[in-house]
Amino acid sequence: MFGHFDLSVVADSLPYLFGEGMVFTLTLTALAAGGGLVLGTGLALLRLSGVPGLTHAAKLYVELMRSLPLVLVIFWFYFLVPYLGAWAIGADTPIRVGAFASALVTFTLFEAAYFSEIVRAGIQSIPKGQSAAARALGMSYAQVMRLVVLPQAFRNMVPLLLTQTIVLFQDTSLVYVLSLTDFLGAASKVAQRDGRLVEMYLFAALVYFAVCFAASLLVRRLQARTAIVR
Amino acid sequence: MNYTWNWGIFLEPSPEGAGTYADMLLSGLAWTVVTALCSWVIAFTLGSVVGVMRTLPSRTANAIGAAYVEGFRNVPLLVQMFLWYFVLPELLPARLGSAVKQMPDAPFYTAVLCLGFFTAARVAEQVRAGIRALPRGQAQAGLALGLTWAQTYRAVLLPNAYRIILPPLTSEFLNNLKNTSVALTIGLLELTARARSMQEFSFQVFEAFTAATLLYVALNLVVIAGATLLERRVAVPGGR
Repeated sequence: MFGHFDLSVVADSLPYLFGEGMVFTLTLTALAAGGGLVLGTGLALLRLSGVPGLTHAAKLYVELMRSLPLVLVIFWFYFLVPYLGAWAIGADTPIRVGAFASALVTFTLFEAAYFSEIVRAGIQSIPKGQSAAARALGMSYAQVMRLVVLPQAFRNMVPLLLTQTIVLFQDTSLVYVLSLTDFLGAASKVAQRDGRLVEMYLFAALVYFAVCFAASLLVRRLQARTAIVR
Repeated sequence: MNYTWNWGIFLEPSPEGAGTYADMLLSGLAWTVVTALCSWVIAFTLGSVVGVMRTLPSRTANAIGAAYVEGFRNVPLLVQMFLWYFVLPELLPARLGSAVKQMPDAPFYTAVLCLGFFTAARVAEQVRAGIRALPRGQAQAGLALGLTWAQTYRAVLLPNAYRIILPPLTSEFLNNLKNTSVALTIGLLELTARARSMQEFSFQVFEAFTAATLLYVALNLVVIAGATLLERRVAVPGGR
């Protein structure tokens, strides 16, 4: 059954697969993870702020994002971002936004919801006595967060944040629905051009597996190391 | 902003010939629900088996279980979908392969299999965690009473473990429900696919996606309400 297996298709397309596809995938993953972490931290702080309006708005956003499939969210922003852009700069017609920009906005906003839950749990894992003590020392709320709670919370969160980033790395393959050339998109384009679906998709699966498995082993090792600290 | 809202669009006939746009979305909703339920049967059964394997004293069973979980967790769902849909029929014996490809509703069966196997890996981890969370005395007491290992799992460990993991299992079910939308890439006409084709036919982007969003939110709420009921039903009386 592997008789007419043609590995030269894979070999010939390596520069395209990695030079374009994988670079795209990694760029999108890194930017969305960074943006998602910043926004997610903001959301978590809003949610823990105790100000009723802000808490509820943040909660509503997180719950809404988490109840929608990523594919639907990708479509939403693909169509919404041009209108939002037009509204932001006061233009009459929807502005042109590249598929990459739209994907970046989507993944950043989508991941923010998931990251915010991790950050919230992380902040809550720091004993209340610490922030109470810091307040008693005369620090403001911002100082308590910045100097006492967040540095420790982030340390506890690192393994979970990295695991979520691995999930994000896998999820970026869904930009396929926008016909973008991420790693899977590149593999798929070659597969369809040359009629070599079996080789290309198996190879793609192998590469994703290798990257994610290695990354998850590293996370596990990190987890074992930080666990002793507490 | 020039966008012509038309909320009446749902009552207009869809270009498919039969029914309105609303009917189109509802048929998508039905496919989403049926796919989620069917794949959950596989995910729950297989996931329980693999999860149990990972708690057995046998090293081989453990290794097989671990390999299963790592394999299915470290490859994106979309790639797995393509493997089941495009690659598997090619690797089967020629006649069987072409029979599979010509099957009516092939995207549905593929999606069910793919999601079932994919979600099973996640269910397995939950089941394992649930069994691990039980005091060791439970297994020992079961065995001391003369139960076999199989009986101990069936009558003592699993019923307790499932109670513990009901909340994370609910999230897995919700994930499974949302993941059905990935099957639009292989041609399953589920809710997201229907919303997209409604947008393509009618150009009423925001109405179509708003409707799909509300339907997904409603599904989530129904599942959460159901899980809460179930949790109350199966709670051990007098327990926490």
